[in-house]
Amino acid sequence: MSILVNKDTKIIVQGLTGKTGGFHTEQALAYHGTQMVAGVHPTKGGTNWTGSHGETLPIYASVAEAKDATGADATVIYVPPAGAAAAIIEAIDAEVPFITCITEGIPVLDMVNVKRRLEGSKSRLLGPNCPGILTPDECKIGIMPGSIFKKGNVGIVSRSGTLTYEAVFQTTNEGLGQTTAVGIGGDPVKGTEFIDVLEMFLADPETTSIIMIGEIGGGAEEDAAQFLIDEAKKGRKKPMAGFIAGRTAPKGRTMGHAGAVVSGGKGDAESKIAAMESAGIKVSPSPARLGKTLVEVLKG
Amino acid sequence: MNIHEYQAKQVLKGFGAPVAEGVPITSADQAEAAAKQLPGPLYVVKSQIHAGGRGKGKFKELPADAKGGVRLAFSIEDVIKNAQEMLGNTLVTAQTGDAGKQVNRLYIEDGADIARELYCSLLVDREFGRVSFVVSTEGGMDIEAVAHDTPEKIKSVVIDPAAGVTDADVAAINDALALTGEAAEDGKSLFPILYKAFVEKDMSMLEINPLIVMENGRLRVLDAKVSFDGNALFRHEDIKELRDETEEDAKEIEASKWDLAYVALDGNIGCMVNGAGLAMATMDIIKLYGKEPANFCDVGGGAGKEKVAAAFKIITADPKVEGILVNIFGGIMKCDVIAEGVVAAVQEVGLKVPLVVRLEGTNVELGKKILNESGLAITAADDLDDAAQKIVAAIG
Repeated sequence: MSILVNKDTKIIVQGLTGKTGGFHTEQALAYHGTQMVAGVHPTKGGTNWTGSHGETLPIYASVAEAKDATGADATVIYVPPAGAAAAIIEAIDAEVPFITCITEGIPVLDMVNVKRRLEGSKSRLLGPNCPGILTPDECKIGIMPGSIFKKGNVGIVSRSGTLTYEAVFQTTNEGLGQTTAVGIGGDPVKGTEFIDVLEMFLADPETTSIIMIGEIGGGAEEDAAQFLIDEAKKGRKKPMAGFIAGRTAPKGRTMGHAGAVVSGGKGDAESKIAAMESAGIKVSPSPARLGKTLVEVLKG
Repeated sequence: MNIHEYQAKQVLKGFGAPVAEGVPITSADQAEAAAKQLPGPLYVVKSQIHAGGRGKGKFKELPADAKGGVRLAFSIEDVIKNAQEMLGNTLVTAQTGDAGKQVNRLYIEDGADIARELYCSLLVDREFGRVSFVVSTEGGMDIEAVAHDTPEKIKSVVIDPAAGVTDADVAAINDALALTGEAAEDGKSLFPILYKAFVEKDMSMLEINPLIVMENGRLRVLDAKVSFDGNALFRHEDIKELRDETEEDAKEIEASKWDLAYVALDGNIGCMVNGAGLAMATMDIIKLYGKEPANFCDVGGGAGKEKVAAAFKIITADPKVEGILVNIFGGIMKCDVIAEGVVAAVQEVGLKVPLVVRLEGTNVELGKKILNESGLAITAADDLDDAAQKIVAAIG
């Protein structure tokens, strides 16, 4: 099994007609036939999109139309920052169950409004500013490089795209493989948090171990650690390795990701590492040893 | 993006917040005319730099017992004398680092009789994903110290974006600040004004420390520090014009022109990486092997050859840099594009320090081939660990 997406997931693309959306849709279609079913464009409804290898997808004028016509249960958003929040809200209004927003650079107050709209809605949002989600051999939503994945038993959740790739690559090289890799994104206000994904990995019988990669800023890693401690008391526990990026980052400076900043005495790497270790996660000091660290944990 | 105090107050005044009258000056010759525009007889002469702790800061060029970066003046002559002493000198505060910042601008402000000093800030609370007021009765001091020593004296009021600042929110803030009478009445207008300014101008932080209750019982914004969400500047041309590039690192300004995420640091290994998390992790691993990174640099996912070359030039232009580590895990970013950018930059500016390159991901073989065939003295690395060890060894 896997979490959130599998071979049956049908995906709409918002922003398909742009360069990034088009490129990654081609990549997704080529990845074990991920079911990309339609694109959305307000003025190009009724036309077809054609990829560079002759792939075609129908374009609809709205998310609601695309969903009705195709039975899609997911959407991926490649819309540029100025219009991305409106694209997410359109998907929420169309009651798309699973929305992934790849876009980096959305104004944070736009995301405050999006987050409010998600409350009580029928949608889950992954991202924004994330690489997406991939279940090996079944479904690729977003921009992760499919070639480094291998079907297996490790669940991976990360705030960073490229560190997700490190974790995937290293667990593939160790022969472990992945159930699903989830990039929750580097923005301070986002749809899905560590806790949501950890809950799903704990519940998924095929996921037998977990890698969690955090970074400086905010308190999501500490919250996740507390969640894991509480769940462990109920007997729900899986072997975990982890990493926190930003030990050397100076206080008060935003390190690329809008959410990666130590401010007001909160969000530093050491407190996150301490919290994760107290929850039984073996935190690797080196991002190059994520896979090896997990193997050590599994050997006990 | 940060702005100066006097600019922040002008923005807030535009929304109707009670701020003192004041005049910014850039030379001591302007001090007299500035002071004459104000009612007097009490004035405040305030250094305008993008760093906090100005009041307790010290000027490098002045004797140790000289006054700090924010001074009271009791006559126009006093204003002039202080302006002459402060302008052009270097102010060192808890936030500037040892190098300090040159004071090129002063703000001459009407003085106020202070009864109470309070703290009020607005920020995006990440836990709730909402804008939050953070307030305390302990104003005028370092709020992080208050948070550390007496956390119970700091209260948060989280605002529902669908409702805005409600009467109940105002009552909660007034209560947390122990405001009564006219001050509480002022709060009814001030707090919604601050929220409106924050949201309409896409601020990422608005800090008023102190917010004061004056002897006459009214509220006044005595100091104001505002940062804006860099991702929202595209819809605020007026705010963009407030940027003061003299307050920023030259390398960071150049990087921002190329849309590179770059932060200058103090070490001597330059880094060029794709992805913010991996860029931080690369800094961390350099430290793990005993050296310090010279910068954070994320070239992003979709960088072209020119952008990569620009990043490489910014890194090599830093005189502190004794070695360079390029670490790429290409997902969207193709390794051959990185390789071409690095080769182009080296051919243009030369390579005077050791360079270690680790490439992984999309088109990795092509990227390695381009580097190998370039004839440049580039050390290839197999993985991140190997790369970090090689660059640390190379600079000795």
